Amino acid sequence: MALLEVSGLTVSFPTPDGAVQAVRGLSFDVERGRTLGIVGESGSGKSVSTQALMGLVRGAEVAGSALFEGRQLIGMPAEELRRLRGAEISMIFQDPLSSLHPLYTVGWQIVELIRIHEPFVGKAQARKRAAELLGLVGIPQPERRVDDYPHQFSGGMRQRAMIAMALALNPKLIIADEPTTALDATVQAQILDLMMRLQKEFDTALIMITHDLGVIADIADEVLVMYAGKPVERAGRRDLYYRPHHPYTVGLLESVPSTTGAKERLKPVPGQPPSLLRPPSGCTFHPRCPYVMSRCRREEPPLMGEPGHQSACWLPLDVVGLGPEAARRREEESS
Amino acid sequence: MRPLLRVTDVRKYFPIREGLFVQKEVGRVHAVDGVSLEVRAGETLGIVGESGCGKSTLARCITGLYPVTSGSIEFDGDPRREVQMIFQDPYGSLNPRRRIGSIIADPLVIHRVGTKAERRRRVQELMELVGLNPEHFNRFPAEFSGGQRQRIGIARALALRPRLVVCDEPVSALDVSIQAQVINLLKDLQAELGLTYVFIAHDLSVVRYVSDRVAVMYLGRIVETAAGEDLYKLPRHPYTNALLSAASVADPDLSARRERIVLTGDVPSPIAPPSGCRFHPRCPKAMPKCVTDDPRLLAQGRPEGGHLAACHFPVEPGERLGSEKAQIEQESTEPHLEKGGGT
Amino acid sequence: MSLTEASAEAEHIPEQAEAVRGKGPWQLAWERLTRDRAAMVSLGVIAVIVLLALLAPVFAAITGHGPQEAFPATGLTPEGLPVGPGSGFWLGADSLGRDLFVRILYGARISLLVGLLSTLLATLFGVVVGMVAGFYGGWVDGVLARVLDVVLSFPYLLVAIVLVAVLGASVPLMILVIAFFSFAAMARVVRGQTITYKEREFIEAARSMGASKPRTMFVDVVPNLIAPVTVLATLLIPTSIVFEATLSFLGLGVDPRTPSWGAILSDSVDYYRVAPGLLIFPAVMLLLTTLAFNLLGDGIRDALDPRGEGGR
Repeated sequence: MALLEVSGLTVSFPTPDGAVQAVRGLSFDVERGRTLGIVGESGSGKSVSTQALMGLVRGAEVAGSALFEGRQLIGMPAEELRRLRGAEISMIFQDPLSSLHPLYTVGWQIVELIRIHEPFVGKAQARKRAAELLGLVGIPQPERRVDDYPHQFSGGMRQRAMIAMALALNPKLIIADEPTTALDATVQAQILDLMMRLQKEFDTALIMITHDLGVIADIADEVLVMYAGKPVERAGRRDLYYRPHHPYTVGLLESVPSTTGAKERLKPVPGQPPSLLRPPSGCTFHPRCPYVMSRCRREEPPLMGEPGHQSACWLPLDVVGLGPEAARRREEESS
Repeated sequence: MRPLLRVTDVRKYFPIREGLFVQKEVGRVHAVDGVSLEVRAGETLGIVGESGCGKSTLARCITGLYPVTSGSIEFDGDPRREVQMIFQDPYGSLNPRRRIGSIIADPLVIHRVGTKAERRRRVQELMELVGLNPEHFNRFPAEFSGGQRQRIGIARALALRPRLVVCDEPVSALDVSIQAQVINLLKDLQAELGLTYVFIAHDLSVVRYVSDRVAVMYLGRIVETAAGEDLYKLPRHPYTNALLSAASVADPDLSARRERIVLTGDVPSPIAPPSGCRFHPRCPKAMPKCVTDDPRLLAQGRPEGGHLAACHFPVEPGERLGSEKAQIEQESTEPHLEKGGGT
Repeated sequence: MSLTEASAEAEHIPEQAEAVRGKGPWQLAWERLTRDRAAMVSLGVIAVIVLLALLAPVFAAITGHGPQEAFPATGLTPEGLPVGPGSGFWLGADSLGRDLFVRILYGARISLLVGLLSTLLATLFGVVVGMVAGFYGGWVDGVLARVLDVVLSFPYLLVAIVLVAVLGASVPLMILVIAFFSFAAMARVVRGQTITYKEREFIEAARSMGASKPRTMFVDVVPNLIAPVTVLATLLIPTSIVFEATLSFLGLGVDPRTPSWGAILSDSVDYYRVAPGLLIFPAVMLLLTTLAFNLLGDGIRDALDPRGEGGR
């Protein structure tokens, strides 16, 4: 049994103009100690889906199933869910300032977190653990910095503090939602490094949500690509980058400039993402797809393929790796 | 040949004032601190750097939005009409309560170009040029997606037929699949209209793709500048090396093969920049000389190659730079400056 | 590679854009407002009140009772007490035997006139002061902000009493007094909004194109102020109406013979035991009117700013 098993998750927001169908049928598993990357652009539903699991979206209608160690998260009483958050599942967000209280010291916040979930831990002991955690995530002089306020930390250090809080109760699963997007490249590299190291050390499962294919390339074991509220492709990391199947995945990979500095014209995905109020018929991607067939307009493709690599596309499954990069790779491998 | 734009030793400091009744200057943010550069007609100069390096402030000095504290900016032409800017935020840079036809016509109205009918024709021409349906001039910005709004911003910047367009992170707020559309458009416009670009971004691969020459900024200074490929293939300044190695690439194998230079700490505060070489507190190669002597931008390799770096001990070809994970020793205790420093 | 190709890349879009063709922010706001039941009912109530006020002379003709005419023979009981509601006096008569219904309708005219005109004046003045302070900043802002503070800390009732004592009660004076005391609130809001908009990137864009300060102010800031100003103005109307009623109640408003809700209420104090209608009917009208304007103002706010953004 996987640590987290999500199936048929749907999230929709009622608005005066109709329901915004933010997530429409999402299923995935996360194994212990593994990293699942969820990639998608704005409006793909990548953030909303995990927030819905954790009971963090207000005013949304959430349906489907999400089993965490066999416990159903959907419809779980708020109080029970709150206890689960932080203790067994913790979350790291893009903006650490919004998650850290400005008027309390960083150390106090970690101590509180520990003592809420483990009431028998003494104050002094909790404080010691807070300092240890700050040291663990690479904050210099942790004994002293425990008493600093969030505004006395730099952006990178705040994100480190958030990671320390996320680790405080030794959770089984960490959900990181664009944790490095607000950071500079050199700091992002530090944070990703830290997260990978700690994950190995504590054998934590990690869900990494990002729009950045570069971040996923470094950190994920498995990748789920989302488009307009649906999963379109799911594959092991190398398969996804070198043998992509879904035309949207291919489009994403090809629209970033080449890593070799070649200056051939970029190949953008044409058009714009669809409206979630009135999603297109059939395959959601069909209005932008260069390989669109008449079937795509009528029928919605399910995720198909082998367990390790699935794609929601009517194109034959052996048309794997549509892009030139993939073709080059194939040549290299066959020679 | 005269360059189209010559920036000489430009400095831009933002005073920090405190006090309830009498505002007293208590410090200065050294946002841009002695930058010189030249841009030739028809080329694209890319400027990269992390937040707080002063690249956006420099852009605003070039377009005249900020008066410079010292130094000079010379433009071969009418800087008011022939230098225009494209902004980062496609949502914030368009007035939500105005129709896009009137937004695009703004520069024409402000500079009293043409009659009303002529302006209308020009607006539709511009909309077509940037790939928008000219019939949509009566719509409001909210009816367009991020990528389309950026096209509106581009159309507005082109209305007065500028020669130099300063692009301040023009694609960083856009989704990946839309970024490529806008980059292609900018390149096509450059070819068609003979535009010159100063292209500011933090995304190294985007800058590499669009630029002929690239300048790397750190704490208000240019630390290295070279023709694009020279800089990416043989970076000489340790900071450039670190920046290039830190950038994530969408290629797992390449990423795994790459040698990471993980820098220690954060960018120091631009209120009190470090002595000597500003990079020395984070530099894996720092020597005592770096703490005391401020390095000048000097030619690297052949002098006519135009590859300059400001480093006492430039990285040699084949040299390995601190690949082992460095300890985090001294992170800045200064809170990050949100104001004035720009991004 | 050409521009036509680039536009082909972009022009894949329309389907979804077509759906919202040409609907500007105002039209969208109006559509949202029409879906807001409370606001629509309020709008209906206001329309009825306005209509009744306009038709006041017609009802006076029907009943044969002028607003200031006393009918001691029919309006008062033999003991000299006001008669209750009936066929002659629809809502009963007051202590002098005047028709309460007709007087309330004429009172609506005064209330609406004072409410609307003083709000209009306060809005005009408040917008100008607020924008100048917010946009120019520096010492201009410093001076204007202090002036607003002073106005807001005035004991308005005391000032009103003194002014009426010196100049005599009249409708124009009351409008001026009310406008003077409500413009500061408007100016403050406008100043705050102007300052937030001044920092927006589109203002920077306008400046980068060489736009002058007054131009940016009128072309780029003003359209964004319409929404908050409309909301606040709608909410100022009931405040002004209550202000008028208060002054009239204290006998400081309009000429005492002129029918006004505040004056009628003041009149009822001695008689409400025998003629409760004298208290209830004008009070209900006052309540209905202010409630309707308040609910409409809330509705307009929600319609103009569905996500609660808008600078603040």
